[in-house]
Order: sequence, then structure tokens, then C-alpha cells
Amino acid sequence: MATTVTQAAPAHSTLAGGTLPRWATPVLLGVAIALGYALNVTTGLAGWFGTTLVIGGIFILLQSGWSFRVEGRRHAVDRLATTLVYSTFIAAIVPLVSVLFTVLVKGLTVMSWTFLTYSMRNVSPRAEGGGVGHAIVGTLQQVGIAAAFAVPIGILAAIYLVEYGRGRLARWISFFVDVMTGIPSIVAGLFIFTAFVLGLGLERSGFAAALALAILMLPVIIRTTEEMLRIVPNDLREAAYALGVPKWRTVIKVVLPTALAGIVTGAMLAIARVAGETAPLLLTTFLTQSYNNNPFQGPQSSLPLFIWDQITSGTPASVDRAWGGALVLITIIMLFYITAKLLAARFAPKG
Amino acid sequence: MAETAPSTSPISGASVRRGDRIFSGLSKGAGTLVLVIMAAIAAFLIWRSIPSLTSNTVNFFTYEGWAPDANPPAFGIAALAFGTLVASFIAMVLAVPVGIGIALFISLYAGRRLASSLAFVTDLLAAVPSIIFGLWGLQVLLPGSQGLQVWMNDYLSWTVVFRNTLDLYGKSLFLASLVLAIMILPTVAAVSREVIVQVPAGHKEAALALGATRWEMVKMAVFPFAKPGMISAAMLGLGRALGETIAVALILSAAFTINLHLTEPGGNTFAANIALKWNEAGGNGLSALVASGLVLFFLTLTVNMIARWIIARRAEFSGAN
Repeated sequence: MATTVTQAAPAHSTLAGGTLPRWATPVLLGVAIALGYALNVTTGLAGWFGTTLVIGGIFILLQSGWSFRVEGRRHAVDRLATTLVYSTFIAAIVPLVSVLFTVLVKGLTVMSWTFLTYSMRNVSPRAEGGGVGHAIVGTLQQVGIAAAFAVPIGILAAIYLVEYGRGRLARWISFFVDVMTGIPSIVAGLFIFTAFVLGLGLERSGFAAALALAILMLPVIIRTTEEMLRIVPNDLREAAYALGVPKWRTVIKVVLPTALAGIVTGAMLAIARVAGETAPLLLTTFLTQSYNNNPFQGPQSSLPLFIWDQITSGTPASVDRAWGGALVLITIIMLFYITAKLLAARFAPKG
Repeated sequence: MAETAPSTSPISGASVRRGDRIFSGLSKGAGTLVLVIMAAIAAFLIWRSIPSLTSNTVNFFTYEGWAPDANPPAFGIAALAFGTLVASFIAMVLAVPVGIGIALFISLYAGRRLASSLAFVTDLLAAVPSIIFGLWGLQVLLPGSQGLQVWMNDYLSWTVVFRNTLDLYGKSLFLASLVLAIMILPTVAAVSREVIVQVPAGHKEAALALGATRWEMVKMAVFPFAKPGMISAAMLGLGRALGETIAVALILSAAFTINLHLTEPGGNTFAANIALKWNEAGGNGLSALVASGLVLFFLTLTVNMIARWIIARRAEFSGAN
């Protein structure tokens, strides 16, 4: 609730009637915390989660009541709405901070060079030690292969939608790209399993997992590339046509380079999005505790699968390793994510 | 950006047309691939679920239980459908007001710096993988929300859904709903924000000029304009919650009965069941899981198509922009 303190009291002239004093919000917040704590003790309401909710409720009641008496109904409602809108800020911040903080603190307890480079070969779930090296290799290879499929196909599809697509086919594709964004990741895994493992008789492998990830990446890449191509000014295209450049060379030499930074950003965001997917990998690869540098053959681990395996083992040592894996995974994702955002900010079209 | 074709290169009409044909064909093929993949997903899932559906000895839609590899095979999705719909619905109910609040905060209430940092935070929230939310839910939220659940049982047990007859508070549908709500929050916030920033400034300023408070301005100028977008934001969030797998699989203790007491251990969803049963399933078991995945696919497909249709219709008819 701390941020409600920053809320600026609306400026009122004497014509507009009474207003709450500026110190109203912090004082009420203090009272609410005291009351919430008292209720915590008397009714046995335990836990930070419930107590926070109750403190919020008490604060809202007090503020609304006071404001209603002094300022009237309309301003009381306005204050209530403002408090609620500000508290949604908390609702977004608290889980994120809690998740990142827990991952960092618990992950650092097992972090070491050994943890980053060793595999889990011959390490029993109960024993400490072992590492995520094999899982890092798996994740990088699988996500890399997925990107190798999804990025070119996605860019081509976006080019079709922006430069060529007219009429019904383009409308259908555009609609289904949006719908495809909402496909549950586990369904992508089921599809690759039924089509490639049962249908074509290939074995479950890192490559199959990469195909499932590619399906999840494709719509994201198409959408972001499409947005980027649409903001390329038409003047550039027309200038190229006027020089007699054929359309396909205009697209390749003029349109794509102009939109390149945005396209790269979109691709990196898509990679960050699928790197943590677990469900499709669970269906399309077998888990292994050893290094496997060949995604086309045999079981291959990956960071999400490693975490899943360590959680479900359930021993204290393995849960610690799960947090360690989570820290590595989230670091990789955040690196991609933040680089993408920086790129986007650096090359954002001006004006 | 000048295209410097050397004067010696023979650019004839024929070569230009061939290049254009090849390139437009390629890009058209890539676009069509999207349709092909969507159709192939449906086709392969249907093809692979037929064997188990024909061998099933009980009603697939109403039976509460999952024994596709038993003899005779008996499995049904009643409990899965219940768990999926209830958890996703609660998640949507929790996430939509908060998500819209975040969108309002970013676009109307906060100053520019605070707004952009909160936008970054919600984006980061979207980037946290499902499995990490599951781990966090299990190890942080489960103990953290215990007190609230006990309290709700003590004071709200007349609602039935918060009654806990076992006095056991652990991996429950309620907890799964909380985690799902956090996970779909960025989706709801991002889509709502997109429509809120499109509200014409004239509408907002007119409301304020007539003496409306900020909330009255939101109610009278922003909501009517942004309502269809917010509805589809809610549905897109629902779609994400329906298909969310790993976090839910970690947080539920899989059961195949319908239990209205949401804080009691148990509950199951389509996606979680597939993930948990996959590696122990035999041939018919895999086929049965594919069948439940098919139901999930059509469920999310329907929800997403309705959501997209609402957005598309709004874009066509709204006079703004």
C-alpha cells in the first residue's frame, strides 16, 4: 500500500467544498495496518497474504467513510477508484518481486561453476552436487533449432500479409495467426508427438521438442514482424519502384533492412517466450541426466525439464537444484528479453 | 537505399517476373503454412484419439475417472473439465479487474516514468516461465496463503466453496486459481491497455471539462469505448488459463472426482492431467490423453476465436482512428 502515499490530492478551490487533508492517506494507512494486525492476532487470521488483503480492505473502508462525510459521494467514489487502481500496481509488483527474489536467493545457494558445467550423471536425487550443464546445452540447441525454423518462415509469412496478401486468404491467415497465439503449449507438444513420433515413426528427441517450440514461436514472430513491416513508410517502396526495382528486390533490399531492428527484437522476444516452455518438451523428449550434444538422437535434457525432474524428485537437495535451474533459466530469458527491449528502444522509429 | 544495379546486368521483363513469382509464391506458402498447421493439429489429434474413444466403455464426457489402460478401459473428462473450467474461471474473475486496473494505471493514472516502469514490470511478469510460477506457487504461495484459507473456512464456510471438511490446506484448485490469475494478468493488462490508449483524447477531455471526477471520466468516456476490447482481453486471459499446464500440474494433487470444496487438496485439469499421466501411459492411455487434449484444443480455439472476432468487429465499426 506504500504507493498510495504518492497519490496527489486533487486541487480544490474553496468553491468545490471540503477536501481531506493531505496527511489523510498516510495516517489512514497506518491505522489500517494497526487494525489489520490486531485482527490478525484476535481472529487467528495468519499468513502475509490474508493479512495484506484485510489491511487493504480496512484502509478502503476508512478512507471512503471519511471522504464521504467531508467531500461527498462523488469524491468518495473517485478516491475509492483511485485507491483500487493504485493497489493493482501492488498486485503486479508483489508476485513478480517475490518470484524473482525467491529464485535469486534460493538459486544462489547452489550456484557455482560446477553447477553450471556438470551434468546429473551418477548423482542420486538425495545427494547434493551435480549440475545443469547438460540442460543448458539442450535448451540452447532446442531453442536454436526452433528459431531456425520459425524465424524465416515467420518473416516470409509476415511479408505475405503486408506486401502481397489481399483478399480472403490473407484475412484467414491473419485471423488464424492470432488464434494460433492462443494454442496451449501442451497441444503443440501433442501435435508433434502424434504427427512425428506416431505418424512418421521418428523417435522422441530434442529435434521433436524444437519443432513443438517452433510452432509456438511462429505466430509471435509473424505478428511482430508484420507490425514492423507495416510502419515502413510507403515512400521508400515507391521510390524503389520508381527506379525500376522489381517488387521482390524492393522487399529484400529496402523494406526488410529498414525494419530489421524491430524484426530482431520480435525474434528475441519470441525466443524468450518459448525458452521456458516445459509442457511440449515433456511430451516430445525423454529426460536424461547426462550430456547429449546431438538433438537428433536419443534423450536430451533441457532447463525446464531439469527443473521439473528435480521438483518431482522432491528431496531437499533436488529442490535446491530446481531453484538453481530456475535461476539459470530465468537469467537466460531475462538476458534475451532485456537485450530485445534495449534494441527496440535504441532503434525505435522516431517521429 | 538506392538500388544500384550494374548497367551490364541483363534485367529483362522475364527475369523480373520470375523473381517476383518465386518470392511471392514462397511468402504465400509460408503464410498458408499457418492454416495447414492449424488444420493438421486438429486432424492428427482426431486421428489419434479415435482408437481410445471407440474402446472406451463409459461415457467420455460424464465419467469421473481415468483408467484407459485398464481392461476394460474406462475414462472420462468430467472431473478434468470441472477443474479446468473452475480454476480458469476463478483466475479470470480475479485477474480481469486487476488487469484492467493496471491498464488504467499505466495509461491514465500514473506519471510517465512510473507508467513505463510498470509496463516493463508486467512484461517481465509475462516472461517468467510457467514452471517457475509452479515452483513459486508450491514453495512460497502455498505456505503463504494457508492462513487465508483457514480464515476463509472459519468465517466463509457458508459459501460451500471455501468450506474445508478435511482441515487439510495444500495443493488445491483454489491455489491453482491464484497462480493462474497471476499468470494471465499480463495478457489481460496488455490487451486492455491497447484499447484504453485508443480512447480519443477529446472524449476524456470533454468529460473532465464538464466537471467529472477522474473516475467518472473513466466510467463515462473510457469504459464505453474500451468495453469490447476488455471483453476480449478477459477471454484471451481465459484462453491462456485453460491451456496452462506445468504450473497447474505442480500445484494440484491430481484427483478424478468433482469436489466443490475448492480449498481441499485435489482437482485436475486437462493440461495438467496430460503432463502428469504422459510418461506412465500405455498405447491406449496415450490415445486417451490425446482425446482429452483434443477437447482442450477445441475449447481454447473457441474461446480465442470469439475473442479475436470481438476485436476484429470493433476495429471495423468503431469510428475512431
